[in-house]
Order: sequence, then C-alpha cells, then structure tokens
Amino acid sequence: MSRRQLEWTEWMLAAKAGDAKAYEQLLRDLASALRPVVRRGLARAGRSEGDAEDIVQETLIAVHLKRHTYDTARPIGPWIGAITRHKLADALRRRGGSFNVPIEDLTESLAAEEAKPTLSERELRRSLDALPSGQRMVLQAIAIDGVSIGEAAAKLDMSQGAVRVALHRALAALSRRSV
Amino acid sequence: MRTETLIQALVEDGRAKEASLPLRFAVAILIGFAVSTALFLATLGPRPDAAAALRTPRYPLKIFEALLLASAAASLAMQLSRPGAETRRARLAMLAAPALLVATLVAELLVVSPGDWTTRLVGSNSRVCLTAIPLLSLPLLAAVLYALGAGAPTRPGLAGAVAGLLASGLAAALYAIHCPDDSPLFVAAWYSIAIAGVSLVGAAAGRYLLRW
Repeated sequence: MSRRQLEWTEWMLAAKAGDAKAYEQLLRDLASALRPVVRRGLARAGRSEGDAEDIVQETLIAVHLKRHTYDTARPIGPWIGAITRHKLADALRRRGGSFNVPIEDLTESLAAEEAKPTLSERELRRSLDALPSGQRMVLQAIAIDGVSIGEAAAKLDMSQGAVRVALHRALAALSRRSV
Repeated sequence: MRTETLIQALVEDGRAKEASLPLRFAVAILIGFAVSTALFLATLGPRPDAAAALRTPRYPLKIFEALLLASAAASLAMQLSRPGAETRRARLAMLAAPALLVATLVAELLVVSPGDWTTRLVGSNSRVCLTAIPLLSLPLLAAVLYALGAGAPTRPGLAGAVAGLLASGLAAALYAIHCPDDSPLFVAAWYSIAIAGVSLVGAAAGRYLLRW
C-alpha cells in the first residue's frame, strides 16, 4: 500500500473518531490529488479542463456525504477512486458525451503534479441561488466567507444547532443538484 | 465557491455523527419486513395446516429457499452501496438459492411420476402467487431502496435489481407460509416469475432513484 493511502486511511479513521484536524488534512490532500487526475480524465474525454475544479468540489462533497459507506477494514484508495470515477462520469454525462473514462490510481498521484486550482481562487460557477434563503446564507457564510459555525450563528442570529442543520441540508442539496 | 473554504464547511459539517451502513440497512429491512408481515397477516395469513406442513420436507424447504435468496441479496446490496467494494463473494453467494432450487427440482422430477408433473407445476394458487409476492414486496422494496439511497451505489440499476431480489425473497418467504402448493415445480415456475418481475421493477426504480 502506498504511503499516501496509509496516510489517508489513518486520517479517515481519526476523522471518524472525531478528529477535525485529521479530516481537514484528508480533504486538503485529497483535493490536491484529485486535481491532476480529474484534469487528465477530462482531457482524455476530449473535454476542456475548465470544469475540473467543479468536479473536484463535487467529488469532495460526495466523499463527505457518503463517508459512512467507507468500510474501515479495507484500504481507502479503491473507495475514493470509485467515487471520483462516479462523479467524473456523472459530470461528463451531464455535459453530454462519453462517460466511461478510466482514471489512474489517485493514491499514486505524484507530488510534483499537485497543482493549484487552475482557476485559482476564482469563484466557480456553482450557483447557490436555488437554495432556500436560510441554507444559502449559512453556506455563504461558512463555505464562501469562511467563518466558523459559532460566528455564523452569531452573525445570522440563529442557534448553532440550526446552523449545523442548515449547512448539512445545503451541502446535500448542492450534491443533489449536481446529479 | 473556493475549494479551500468548501473544505472548511465540510469539516464543520463533519462533526456530526453518521449512522453506519449496516445499521441503516438493518433498520430499513426490519421496518419493511414489519409492514409486509402485517400486510400478510391481515390479508392471507398462514395456511390452516401450517404446523403439520412444517414436518413435511417441501414446505419448510420453499421458505428456506426464499430466505436464502433474501439473505444473499442483502449482503450483495450492502456491498453494492460501498463504492469500490469487492463484490465477488457476495455475487457468488447469490447462486446458492437458484442452485438449491435446481437440486430440489431434479429431486422432485425423480420422485414424482411424470404423469403428475403438470398438475404440480400448475398448482392451485398461481394467480395469488403472482399477485401476492409483488404486493408484499413493495414496502420492503421501498425500504431497501431508501437504505441504498443513503449509501453510494455506483451501479444504480444493478443495486435496484438486487434490492428487488431482497424484497421479493422476503415477500416470497411470507407468501410461502400461506401457499398450499409446495412442489419445487410450482416454486421454480411461479415464484421465479414473481421474483424476476419485482427485480425488474427494482432495476428501473434504482436507475431513476439511486443517483448521487
């Protein structure tokens, strides 16, 4: 098993046990491993790489929302790989076209390729407009302005519990809309 | 949305506890089975001589075959809702119930004189069989599709078909308690048609509902 896969597995197990730092490390490392793989997948399908960051985000959201489907007794690489393939195929299908694109092993994604987002720091197209206003404001505060749950609750005059619920629903809605 | 801040949002959301996949499946199957059982008891119910029939070979055998199919389908359905999971063993286990059915069918053909084959094949209850199994599987199918939706099936059509086998396997076990026709000839013909039908419905529903 590659070193990276061991690390990811370890972070995921720690995250399941409630370690938010480990979870953040996992998602960050995952994002940088996903980028080159998704870009090459798009190139292979004859698509522009401009959508890559969107697909990376969709994959991260899927990994997050479906994390309970990871069998902790097994290596994490095939699980992540299958989710990435699924989201990439899905994105290609939505744009009309071939959707059986093979991708390489993410855990073998080389360090040198861990590029920054192509559209670095650029706002992506994913629109939040269709979300109910409560969910939109919470997602806006946390996922775009980058404030914590506590700060968002104070700013929006909501309880922390309500912010959590709205955040979870907003993420689930984003993921549904991308299908 | 920047990936950087999206990750922050995911981490914040990640502090909530998630129910495990086996637990979700177990709860869904239990609820579906409870509803189907209530429906069964309210409409058909066990046949009058059920206690005596349990001591004959064919009656318990048909119930066992249906349960065997359902349990293999349950473990395959769960594997199918884990992306990248190994499904070979679970797929092999799906052959157990059909293999047992074929074996009992051969035994029946050897034991029963050819003149009686048609009577046993046609049975007395085929129309009820073809109606009851699909109807009793509906609550189960809905529950299992819900559990699959909480999972992440990368092959939605296949997962839906297997959900159909799980639902109709349990429904067939319930119906078998009522049905007066015990011959493997009857089971192989009519139960199989009903189960295949539910599985097709499951596949179609899966392709539509299990997108993520």
